[in-house]
Amino acid sequence: MQISLNITETIQECLVSMMSESAAGYIAMVIIALIYLGIFSVAGLFLVLLERRVAAWFQLRIGPNRVGFQGLLQTMADALKLVSKELTGTDRADKFLYNLAPYFVIISALMALGLIPFTKEFQAFDINIGIFFLIAVSSIGVIGILLGGWASNNKFALIGAMRSGVQTISYELSVGLSLLTMILLTGSLQLSEIVELQKSGWLIVQGHIPAIIAFMIYMIAGTAETNRAPFDMVEAESELGAGFHTEYSGMKFAYFFLAEFINMFLIAAIATTVFFGAWLSPFGITESIPWLGVLWFLVKTLLLVFLMMWFRWTFPRLRVDQLLTLEWKYLLPINLVNIVVMAFIVWQNLIILI
Amino acid sequence: MQETATLNNSFKSEEYFINMGPQHPATHGVLRLLLTIDGEIIKKVEPDLGYIHRSIEKMCERDSYQQIVHLTDRMDYLSSHINNEAVCLTVENALELEIPDRVKVIRTIIGELTRIASHCLWWGVMGMDVGALTTYFYGFRDREMINDIFEETCGARLTMNYNVPGGLMWDIHPNFIKRVKEFIVHFKTKIPEYDKLLTGNVIFQKRTKGVGVLSKEDAISFGVSGPVARGSGYSCDVRKYHPYSALDKVTFNEVLETDGDTFARYNVRIKELWESLSIIEQLIDNIPEGEHRVKTNAVIKLPKGEFYQKVETARGELGVYIISTGTKNPYRMKFRSPGFSNLSALNHMAVGGKIGDLVATMATLDLVIPDIDR
Amino acid sequence: MSYFSNIFNGIKTLLTGMSITGKYFLNSRKGAITQQYPDNRDTLKMFDRFRGEVIMPHDENNEHACTGCQKCEIACPNGTIEIIWDRGIDEHTGKNKKKIDKFVYHLSMCTMCGLCIDVCPTDAIKWGQNFENSVYDRTALTRVLNKPDSKLRAGVED
Repeated sequence: MQISLNITETIQECLVSMMSESAAGYIAMVIIALIYLGIFSVAGLFLVLLERRVAAWFQLRIGPNRVGFQGLLQTMADALKLVSKELTGTDRADKFLYNLAPYFVIISALMALGLIPFTKEFQAFDINIGIFFLIAVSSIGVIGILLGGWASNNKFALIGAMRSGVQTISYELSVGLSLLTMILLTGSLQLSEIVELQKSGWLIVQGHIPAIIAFMIYMIAGTAETNRAPFDMVEAESELGAGFHTEYSGMKFAYFFLAEFINMFLIAAIATTVFFGAWLSPFGITESIPWLGVLWFLVKTLLLVFLMMWFRWTFPRLRVDQLLTLEWKYLLPINLVNIVVMAFIVWQNLIILI
Repeated sequence: MQETATLNNSFKSEEYFINMGPQHPATHGVLRLLLTIDGEIIKKVEPDLGYIHRSIEKMCERDSYQQIVHLTDRMDYLSSHINNEAVCLTVENALELEIPDRVKVIRTIIGELTRIASHCLWWGVMGMDVGALTTYFYGFRDREMINDIFEETCGARLTMNYNVPGGLMWDIHPNFIKRVKEFIVHFKTKIPEYDKLLTGNVIFQKRTKGVGVLSKEDAISFGVSGPVARGSGYSCDVRKYHPYSALDKVTFNEVLETDGDTFARYNVRIKELWESLSIIEQLIDNIPEGEHRVKTNAVIKLPKGEFYQKVETARGELGVYIISTGTKNPYRMKFRSPGFSNLSALNHMAVGGKIGDLVATMATLDLVIPDIDR
Repeated sequence: MSYFSNIFNGIKTLLTGMSITGKYFLNSRKGAITQQYPDNRDTLKMFDRFRGEVIMPHDENNEHACTGCQKCEIACPNGTIEIIWDRGIDEHTGKNKKKIDKFVYHLSMCTMCGLCIDVCPTDAIKWGQNFENSVYDRTALTRVLNKPDSKLRAGVED
């Protein structure tokens, strides 16, 4: 069974047969963008539902199970409610920035989504600086949060936004350095090449001890990057009410909310790509069926997402200064040492290959 | 010239006010805190009360002594039974009524169950305030079991009004003893889980140790009581020093911690759960036979004079002060509520900390706002 | 050295916490403590002593036990009970005596303290276990507890 998942080429070829090449190029872009928007919203809504069900199971509850089979349409109904809600805002808010902020958050998440290799072919664009691009794009999101908190004309939102600035900028370092550790191993920033290399063993196996340490640091920093508990200083429900999105309502709030979940998915997806061989099946058991790669990719990613949910529903929140202590006194030094260790391993060729 | 002056002013770093409450998740009700903040550092905390003032003390002057009891349910609603008991004890002492042993024992058992229920809720909310949302449901699961016991015996889960001057409204339900024993067995397996989930957690310890310190001297001078005072090493358990009901028949330890920080107060409450369980265990098998109620006059008239009785609620020392002129209503009724005095120490404890510290400190004060406002 | 032992102890406590929540996650199928309320109406039974609302039981002859002594009205702290009474000739004895016309119960003002039921000499009123009292209009919470044309049960006053 052969299903071609190389969407960019398939769509392009189909369109070229109908119109001129340049027009086909533009239309193909639009179509691909729409497809990714679809993936974006469906994945976002599904993740919200998953979070709610998983939280309920951790907390001895049942969770949403009324709308649709086992509550599958619950988040759809919520989204409809949010769309139809009135958009309220504060008096004397900076209207332009206030309205602009959600788009920063959502667009950065969308841009990063295009790079994720769901399978060998199912990847919107595969540039040679893939990882670097991902790190760069995901940092743009914090501007949206800062703007939103600043422009809301609300002190709680402002505190939340400032906390977010501090937090994201610090933890960006750890995310970058832990990925850098792995790049020492791969020697390439291109995601497709990183995956190709893992056919002889996932990188977490290839790099053994430093790779595992890098993975742990990446998961901690990634959780912080997405502003999720135990690092949800930005929202900190019991301290700041709702943090930076206190004054947002309706669809604008939904943008922030969706982006948070997509970011969580992205962090898990990057971890899957870099540490767990993306769409590669374990020991190559389903190598002959390429489209099963999507399934493997999603299974691995959702397992990591589940891990992040597990963190969230178990741990208390850190305080602002402890958050920074953790980054600058623990994660960063360990990370730097870890890079040296990884460099030594690559130099001496102590990699485990299967 | 003036323009530059205002420009310079607007870029100056300065302290600012922020209103925490009356609708804020961490104030557990309608408490309003006026915070003066420099960045994240708290400079001053001013509690502003009165959002749920229902003039219960004034209403007491209108009501007969039987009717007063049910108003106290609505003060500290998490230890409603102990509040009722305090009023009933005051009235009974004033009338010099001889209360049967059965009543005393049942009152003590239900009082300790109330304390456990209150501490369970506090534990859940404490976890929630420091960000561990799951604790809330685990705390509530155990509290629900107690609430079911109350519902079966007293008829209500929260505002029970089970006490009347002279005894109890009804005798205990036949299932009561069985259910309480089931609960004890169940709860003994759950407190270690509490410890594993929250007490031992490194993040939680970092959040609470050395935060919101209240020294023993300050604890005494602010007049705090209950677990807050005992966390500072001030031995003040009314159950120990002025035992009421059947508390003189049981042996238990007064839990004392010396650090005076948030973690010490947390530990006091967790250990009090064990002590309360041991009190119930000592009494549940030896409920004496007898009447559940002494006949009183339909219209209770207290002798002329002043009467005071204090009890230990889940939050601290509750005092009931009645001035009677010999009529069927009190001339003046005053409740010394634990929450009010405990709240007064908040400014002292929170200044210099961060907003997160304030929330953690406030969680261990275990505030019930209707108790403060009355 | 304490730097590293701190890290390891920290991770250990975090894993201990995760094991607790993980255990509940795995047992979530049977462990739910919440109830799916409107669905379990058939099996949901309140305890006998549950204080839902005050009711006045009538027997098969449409007779109740309320003599109209108004003790409950006096005992009530909130003015929840209002008894409208009249004097009339009793069928059995032929004497002119107090009879209730309407036993008005304002559920909206009731705090469920139970003093009225405690004080009732003839056990004419009791606790009902119904707790589904939500209505769209507040006036619907004002109820007349004695049924139309109901009478006092004979022999209650003796």
